[in-house]
Amino acid sequence: MSNTTAQPVIKLADLGKAPPFALSDQERHEIIDEMHHYPDPRAASIGALKIVQKHRGWVPDAAIPVVAKMIGTDAADLEGVATFYSLIFRQPVGRHVVTVCDSISCHLTGYDELRVALEAKLGIRFGQTTPDQRFTLLPICCLGACDRGPTMMIDEDLHGDVDPAGLDKILGAYS
Amino acid sequence: MKISAETHPLTHTIDAKRGPLDLKGYEKVGGYEGLRKAIKELQPLEVQQRVKDANLRGRGGAGFPTGIKWSLVPMGPDAGAKYLVCNADEMEPGTFKDRLLMEEAPHLMVEAMIVAAYAIGACTGYIFLRGEYVVSANNLNKALAEARAAGLLGKNILGSGWDYDCFVHTGAGRYICGEETALINSLEGRRANPRAKPPFPQISGLWGRPTVVNNVETLCNIPSIVVNGGDWFKGLSQGKTKDGGTKLYGCSGRANKPGCWELPFGTTTREILEVHAGGMKGGKKLKAWLPGGASTDFLLPEHLDLPMDFDTISKAGSRMGTGLITVVAEDQSMVSAVRNLEEFFSRESCGWCTPCRDGLPWSVRLLRAIENGEGKPGDIEKLMTLTKQLGPGRTFCAHAPGAMEPLQSAIKYFRGEFEAGIRAGAATAAVQA
Ligand SMILES: Cc1cc2nc3c(=O)[nH]c(=O)nc-3n(C[C@H](O)[C@H](O)[C@H](O)COP(=O)(O)O)c2cc1C
Ligand code: SF4
Ligand code: FES
Repeated sequence: MSNTTAQPVIKLADLGKAPPFALSDQERHEIIDEMHHYPDPRAASIGALKIVQKHRGWVPDAAIPVVAKMIGTDAADLEGVATFYSLIFRQPVGRHVVTVCDSISCHLTGYDELRVALEAKLGIRFGQTTPDQRFTLLPICCLGACDRGPTMMIDEDLHGDVDPAGLDKILGAYS
Repeated sequence: MKISAETHPLTHTIDAKRGPLDLKGYEKVGGYEGLRKAIKELQPLEVQQRVKDANLRGRGGAGFPTGIKWSLVPMGPDAGAKYLVCNADEMEPGTFKDRLLMEEAPHLMVEAMIVAAYAIGACTGYIFLRGEYVVSANNLNKALAEARAAGLLGKNILGSGWDYDCFVHTGAGRYICGEETALINSLEGRRANPRAKPPFPQISGLWGRPTVVNNVETLCNIPSIVVNGGDWFKGLSQGKTKDGGTKLYGCSGRANKPGCWELPFGTTTREILEVHAGGMKGGKKLKAWLPGGASTDFLLPEHLDLPMDFDTISKAGSRMGTGLITVVAEDQSMVSAVRNLEEFFSRESCGWCTPCRDGLPWSVRLLRAIENGEGKPGDIEKLMTLTKQLGPGRTFCAHAPGAMEPLQSAIKYFRGEFEAGIRAGAATAAVQA
C-alpha cells in the first residue's frame, strides 16, 4: 500500500522559466487581509498558499515567486514551506478531494474496509485522481472525530460512521 | 446529574442540537463574567495566582501546571510585546475533545483567550487551528467578530485601557505542528521543525518574544477559575484524585457508544468505558487500551479501576496524555494496531533528526513483516532496540519517544502475538530452504 502522495521534484532553476502567473484581485485582497493579522507578513505564508489553493484547487509552481514577493519572503523559502505541509497540493487535484482517516481509532472501526470500497468504487488508489477529474483520494491522519469512525472528509464536509455500503449515496452529492 | 456552570464549567452551555450560543445567549448564562471580573477587579498577577491556586494542569498531554508556566513570563511595563497562542492543532490519533469545545462553545474559547491574555499581558493572541476543523474556524471567527463589536476585544477592552486582539490561524496538515515550538515556527510561516529548548517559549517564542502556548481545554478552564476560585476548582474532582477540575474524557474504538464527556478529574476508566461508552461492542472482551492518544503506552483490563489522572497513569507505566481512551477488542490484532500507529508516526516525522526519520520507517517495515507472518528471528529484539534508540533524550523532540510508547508496551504485554508472526515466517523460510 502506498501511503504517500508523490510531490513534484522542486526545480528552483525552472521557476524563472514558468509562464507568467498573476494573482487575481480577489486573491490579492484576501492575502493582504491575512497579512494584517501579523507583525511579520511572512506568517501569512501558509494562509496565502491556502488562498491560492482555494481559488485554483492547487498551488502551481509559478505561484510561488509571486506569492513570496507579496509577503516579503524568498521563493526558495516559500517553496520549502509549500512542500512541507500535506494539505498544500502541488499538483492538480480532482474537483473533490476525499481524505480518509487512517489513524488508530478508525483502523479499529473499519478503515480497511472503507479504503478497499473507495478504491474499488472510484477505480483509483491513494494519491490518484479519477480520469474524469471528479475525485482525488488521499489518506489523512486522525480527523478528530474518532467516536464516529471510520471517518473521511470530502472537501470541507466531515463524514462519520461511514458504511461502505452507503458510499454511492455519499459520493453522489459531489458532482 | 444536573448540568450547571458549577459542575460542568466546560460543557454546561453545550447543546449540540441547538448549536453554539451567540454572544447574547452566552452572556445570559454567565458568559464573559470571568472576563469582566478579571478586568474590573483583578490585576494580571492576581489572575495568575488564581490559576496557581487551582493547580490547573495542562490538558494538552503533559500535565504541566499552567500557573507555573505563566509565572515565567516577564511582566511589568517594560516587558514589551508578548503573545498568547492556543494550541488547537488536535491531531493526536484518538483525540476529539478540543473540537467539541471550539465547535459548540466558541465564546468560551474566545473569553478564555482574552482572560489568559490579560493575565500574561499579551498584545495579540492566535488560535492555531488545524485546517480540517472548518466548522470550528467558522464558529470561532463568528464569536471573535461578535466580541470585537461588543468591545470585549480590540482597543481599550471594557474601558480598561488594555488593547488586545485575537485571530484564528489555520494550518495545512502535519501532526508535528502540535509540538509547541514547531507550532511557533509554523505560525511564523516556516516549516514546522521543533526548536531547541531552552530558551522556553515563555522567554523567547513567537518572533523571539515571550509566548505562552496552552491547549484549548486548558484555556477553557480559566474563565470559571477566575469567577469561582481555586478551592471550587479543586473540589470539582470530588476527592477522586489530588488534581482538581473536570476533564473531557472520551472513548473510541469498538465501544457501544463512543463519545466525549466532561467528568470529574480522576474518574476511572471502568466508569468511562462501561457507564459512559456503554461497554465493548458485541459483548467482546477488552484486550488493551490507550489512555490518551497514539503516543501513550497500552494498558490492560487490570488497570481499568485506576483513576485517570496524570500521576496514577504514569505510575502504571503509561501517560494519561489527552485522556481520551482508545479500546482494542479481544479479537483485534495488537501487531496490526501497532503497525498502524507506527505508520502514523513515521509519516508525520518532521525529518529533522536521523533516529526518528530513519528509525520509524524501519519499525514499520519490521512490524509489517511480522503482521504478514513473514517476521524473522531477532525482529522483536530489533524493535526493542529501536524503542531505546528512539527513546527520551535521543531525539530532538518528543515525537519519536512518544511513538515508542505504544510499541514497547505492546511487546511487553503481547509478546506472544509478535512471536507468532515470526514463527510463521521461520516456518515458511524452512520450507523454502
Ligand atoms: C509531537 C507532539 C504533538 C503535540 N500535539 C499537540 C496538540 O495537537 N495539541 C496540544 O494541545 N498539545 C500538543 N502537544 C503538546 C504541546 O507541545 C504542548 O505541551 C501543549 O500545547 C501545552 O499546553 P498545555 O500546557 O495547556 O497542556 C504535542 C506535543 C508533541 C511532542
Ligand atoms: S524527533 Fe522526529 S519529529 Fe521530533 S524533531 Fe526529530 S525528526 Fe522531527
Ligand atoms: S482516528 Fe480516525 S478520526 Fe480519529
